[in-house]
Amino acid sequence: MKALSSIYTWADERLGLDDLLHFAQKKRVPEHAHSAWYYWGGISLFFFLVQAITGVLLLIYYRPGPDAFESTRQITYEIHFGWLIRSAHSWAANLMIAAIFVHMFSVFFMKAYRKPREFGWWSGMVLLLVTMVFGFSGYLLPMNELAFFATKVGLDIPNSLPVIGHKIATLVRGGPEVNEFTVQRFFALHVVVLPALFIPLLGFHLWLVQKHGNAVPPAEEAKPPAQRKSIPFFPNFMMKDLAMWLIALNVLALLASMFPWDLGAPADSLKPAPTGIHPEWYFMSSFQVLKLFGQWFPGAAGEALGMILFTLGLVMWFLIPLYDPSGKSGQRARWATYFGLFALSILLVTTIWAYAALN
Amino acid sequence: MSKTVSQSPGQESPPDTDVATRRAFVWAALGAAGVCYAGAIGYPVYRYLASPVERAEAESAVTEVTLKDAQKLPLGSVLMFKFGPRPSMLIHHQDGSWVALSAVCTHLGCTVQYQPARNVIHCACHGGEYDPVTGKNISGPPPRPLTRYVAKVTDTGVVVSRT
Ligand code: HEM
Ligand code: FES
Repeated sequence: MKALSSIYTWADERLGLDDLLHFAQKKRVPEHAHSAWYYWGGISLFFFLVQAITGVLLLIYYRPGPDAFESTRQITYEIHFGWLIRSAHSWAANLMIAAIFVHMFSVFFMKAYRKPREFGWWSGMVLLLVTMVFGFSGYLLPMNELAFFATKVGLDIPNSLPVIGHKIATLVRGGPEVNEFTVQRFFALHVVVLPALFIPLLGFHLWLVQKHGNAVPPAEEAKPPAQRKSIPFFPNFMMKDLAMWLIALNVLALLASMFPWDLGAPADSLKPAPTGIHPEWYFMSSFQVLKLFGQWFPGAAGEALGMILFTLGLVMWFLIPLYDPSGKSGQRARWATYFGLFALSILLVTTIWAYAALN
Repeated sequence: MSKTVSQSPGQESPPDTDVATRRAFVWAALGAAGVCYAGAIGYPVYRYLASPVERAEAESAVTEVTLKDAQKLPLGSVLMFKFGPRPSMLIHHQDGSWVALSAVCTHLGCTVQYQPARNVIHCACHGGEYDPVTGKNISGPPPRPLTRYVAKVTDTGVVVSRT
């Protein structure tokens, strides 16, 4: 114990650890009926860390290009515990996106995007989009049948845009077909470009959270300050946060080991697409919207219209801090809540609809 | 953790010590749980990383390789092959004898080369040299001779095995 404390003193004199500790103890986290939602950003962060660690482990044996499927097969069947690492990476990818969605909607309904937290909202939205591109690009990497056709369909969507659509799709694919060139460039995107974008953005996002503290929902804001409760960040909130991480770790371990991620059959462009081919669940809503518009309006016009509407909705969602008037008054702006509920129900309904339409 | 401790009747120890023991117990339990988690994560990761090592070890348990068609090797020439994971060489000497040796330099592990013109085995890394018949280290830094294998010629190839 004595040795430990003298090491601490040695480091403290050079790094100012005590200041950091006092700072963390002074920082407070509000406590109210909706505090549980404060954990979801941290849970998303946890899953990202899992992705970074398991991703680097997969990198040790994964080979992009023509060997993509074979190396994933080796990871799954020949390397000790390779199936587990791969399963954890796949499950945590889905859990991470789910956690970010929960985080985003809780921020929305708590109206935590209002002044001065606009940049937090915007950087968070970009983080979600980058994460979805992480998912889309990672999904192709094993180069199995499902990934092959899902990517094919996904990259056909920009095709319906006039003039530039075709160029974009060909460039992303690296040719007219999804093949080993596509895997290779998706690999570069997945393990170099996206992490290089994600990590600084995450730093910015976390710095803002630290700078402005947790927002309280309007109902709390309306209370006189004396009635608002809060707990110290350190150690109380941090302990709770860590407890959440532990739960997340256990859930992940159970899912990854009890439901190992499937490898499937190698991609073969000569084989017909399997029935019920569909993208990952987080793309199902946009998949269904495009399908519906394609049915309602003839030709490429329908898909283009669907894309435009979807993009407009996304832009409105993105810009909400600029036109939610309660930004100034601190009063509940009902219609923003209705907009959020509307967006949430569109997402849920189209997703369920898409799955129902598969059978 | 609450700081109030319910005292059962007849318990003599003052509350302070009680809190201290309880605290120590909680820390020990947390530590034990932490060790379990570290093991449950560390073990698979270790085995995952060590997979190729284990495979190479399994390969080096090999006691015999058959080099197909190697009996046709011309006089005064060499055939490089792998004995398990280990680079090795089969030399067909001018006098018709066959010699199989490990090709891993005993100094710092470079792959050595047979030089027919000088009839020596030479290591380019630090100039070590070996006798091409016995594998004995004859000059330069190598501390030990090259490992020798048994080479048996058959109609269809050469069978190399451990001595
Ligand atoms: C720093 C971060 C990351 C690295 C280095 C990394 C690396 C890799 C590698 C090498 C693979 C190919 C192995 C395989 O197919 O099993 C892979 C697959 C994949 N990655 Fe990542 N990844 C990272 C982050 C992410 C994130 C943030 C997500 C998603 C949210 C993600 C989603 C996926 C998916 C869905 C797969 C396909 C898994 C499969 O079916 O095998 N990755 N990743
Ligand atoms: S490694 Fe062969 S002489 Fe040094």
